[in-house]
Amino acid sequence: MSAFGLYDERIRDFNWSIAEKELEYRDGNVINIGWYCSDRICLKGKAGKAALIYEGFGGIKKKYTFNDIRLAGNTIGNFLRELGINSEDRVCLFMDRIPELYLSFLGVLKIGAIVQPLFSAFGDESLFIRLENAQTRAIITQSKHLSKVRKIRDRLPYLEFIIIVDHISTRKLENGEIAFSLNDSTPVENLKIFPSVAESPSVLHYTSGTTGQPKGVKHVHYSLIAQYLTTKWVLDLQDNDIYWCTADPGWVTGTSYGIIGPWCLGVTQCVFDAGFSAQAWYKFIYDNKITVWYSAPTAIRSLMRAGDEIVREFDLTSLRHLASVGEPLNSEAVIWSIKMFGKPFHDTFWQTETGCIMITNFPGMKVKPGSMGKPFPGITGVVLDPKRFEPITEPGKIGLIAFRPGWPSMMRNYWNNEEKYKEKFVNGWYLSGDRATIDNEGYFWFIGRDDDVINTGGHLVSPFEVESALLEHPAVGESAVVAKPDEINMEVVKAFITLKQGFTPSPDLELEIMNFIRKKLSPLAMPQAVEFIDKLPKTRSGKIMRRLLHAKEWGEEIGDISTLEND
Amino acid sequence: MQRNGEKKSGIFPLLKMINSNTKPNCLLNMEDTKELVRNYVIREYLEEGEDITYDSPLISSGYVDSFSMVSLLVFLENKFKIKIPPEKATPEAFDSVNKIVELVNKYINK
Repeated sequence: MSAFGLYDERIRDFNWSIAEKELEYRDGNVINIGWYCSDRICLKGKAGKAALIYEGFGGIKKKYTFNDIRLAGNTIGNFLRELGINSEDRVCLFMDRIPELYLSFLGVLKIGAIVQPLFSAFGDESLFIRLENAQTRAIITQSKHLSKVRKIRDRLPYLEFIIIVDHISTRKLENGEIAFSLNDSTPVENLKIFPSVAESPSVLHYTSGTTGQPKGVKHVHYSLIAQYLTTKWVLDLQDNDIYWCTADPGWVTGTSYGIIGPWCLGVTQCVFDAGFSAQAWYKFIYDNKITVWYSAPTAIRSLMRAGDEIVREFDLTSLRHLASVGEPLNSEAVIWSIKMFGKPFHDTFWQTETGCIMITNFPGMKVKPGSMGKPFPGITGVVLDPKRFEPITEPGKIGLIAFRPGWPSMMRNYWNNEEKYKEKFVNGWYLSGDRATIDNEGYFWFIGRDDDVINTGGHLVSPFEVESALLEHPAVGESAVVAKPDEINMEVVKAFITLKQGFTPSPDLELEIMNFIRKKLSPLAMPQAVEFIDKLPKTRSGKIMRRLLHAKEWGEEIGDISTLEND
Repeated sequence: MQRNGEKKSGIFPLLKMINSNTKPNCLLNMEDTKELVRNYVIREYLEEGEDITYDSPLISSGYVDSFSMVSLLVFLENKFKIKIPPEKATPEAFDSVNKIVELVNKYINK
């Protein structure tokens, strides 16, 4: 029996105070996520319970109890505090999915500083843009990523400390670089936890929009209330579960449900940081007897492609609940999971800005394959008429997915960007930027983005950011970046490029441009297709008509071209 | 990077660079092929000071992620003038230089 129960009853009786009571939180109390995820669990008598089971490259395995993560969080927090890191200072975590990433997350929060997790595959320019915007004071990283930090260091006057968790003593450190080894540090038993309150900032995640630079989404410690309850009711985590969230903490799923959710519930979670292969993933589930698995459509479709035979090589009967996030889960994937695992993947819809799951297929509720499900209790979710911004009541009519603001984990602002923040609200609704329909049973059905942002493998990529970076390539004159349909990743980046005089299209140049973006921004932002054209379609006022190129890629009607510039 | 004064014209149909069906004009032996792939992987995907052998895991050791695999695929297709079907370009098939060369050979010899 799931903890959620019946949807209609939950909706009727719902109040966020349910979570507050279970977490023994009262309005005005101290609420520190780092403490809730470790110290409190130990105080509840689970100090010796496994908190983190880790497997890394080369088969390296590590295991941490809740007392271990409490001590590690204290030790890291104490180290940062002694360096002079203060509350609300931004501390970037720029690491692969190694244990130090998860433990540093707790340490930073425990001292009241703001965690800024960034995807470790980011290139130096992506890293620079985000560190500069946040005026980040310290970065915790690995030796393998140090060269990227060094490249941009001189342009970051606010960055004082570069902390390397796996420094090799034979390598020379430069100014501001500090070696820190958790293994060589004396564990700090008692750390004075920063007395953060509900609105104290906690996590700063960066997300991409159609225009402008990436935006820093600020969350607060009170987000815990929503993350706790959604983890319990949607992911159905129970005390004896072994949970695996495949997301990287560089993205919001990896923190909300890859750290905070399971640990605030005192549930054991597993981390696998050894790349993707169907065999390795199934073996990991089998080895650890994983019961709840939260993954992404891209991964599920890749597993489908690997075939059914490989699934049968492993006893995966430990799995009891499956969920998915990042992009719409196609009905074929749901049907496949029922066939292979005896249970469906439950789609969940939410965003960096929402901080918690907003629309989902709940455990025990009828799953309609391909549907997003229904709003979480306490969440008022609608589709709005795109012109009037009023809720659409007619089933099946396409509108903008919007939510009534006020849930606990809603972003509090975009860092240093009030203007963009305000643009997200119209008529008292938070606009998600996605479009959907609602059927006559209240299920949401995803249609697509309402802007040009590219959702590739569940990660948002800004066409603007890629186009800006492309301009730095010596051969590129102009570019337009659009989403291209992809069987596995739903969308991938495609770049239309005009070349400067003296350059000519060639397969080698195509590859060179791909690698240029991969290194400068990230593998996600790398165009997986490059098309060289003589001239980009533009309006008479000179604006690139990206929508024409998008329509061509998707085989859609081109629509109104009355503003198209004539040759 | 290629340079010359020529450019093709017209917005639509958009030009798409496709690989020709011609085979590489100089045939490499197995060791040369392995070394060529290894050097490319080191240059493009590894950090300074890192090294690999022909058997080193590439995907399952994190040197090459699933998105970056696409650029490695394009490199192989360009270099060897082959077309590898998407369903054959799996993480398992790309997990070491030896495995990559084995895959490439299947299509070079077709």
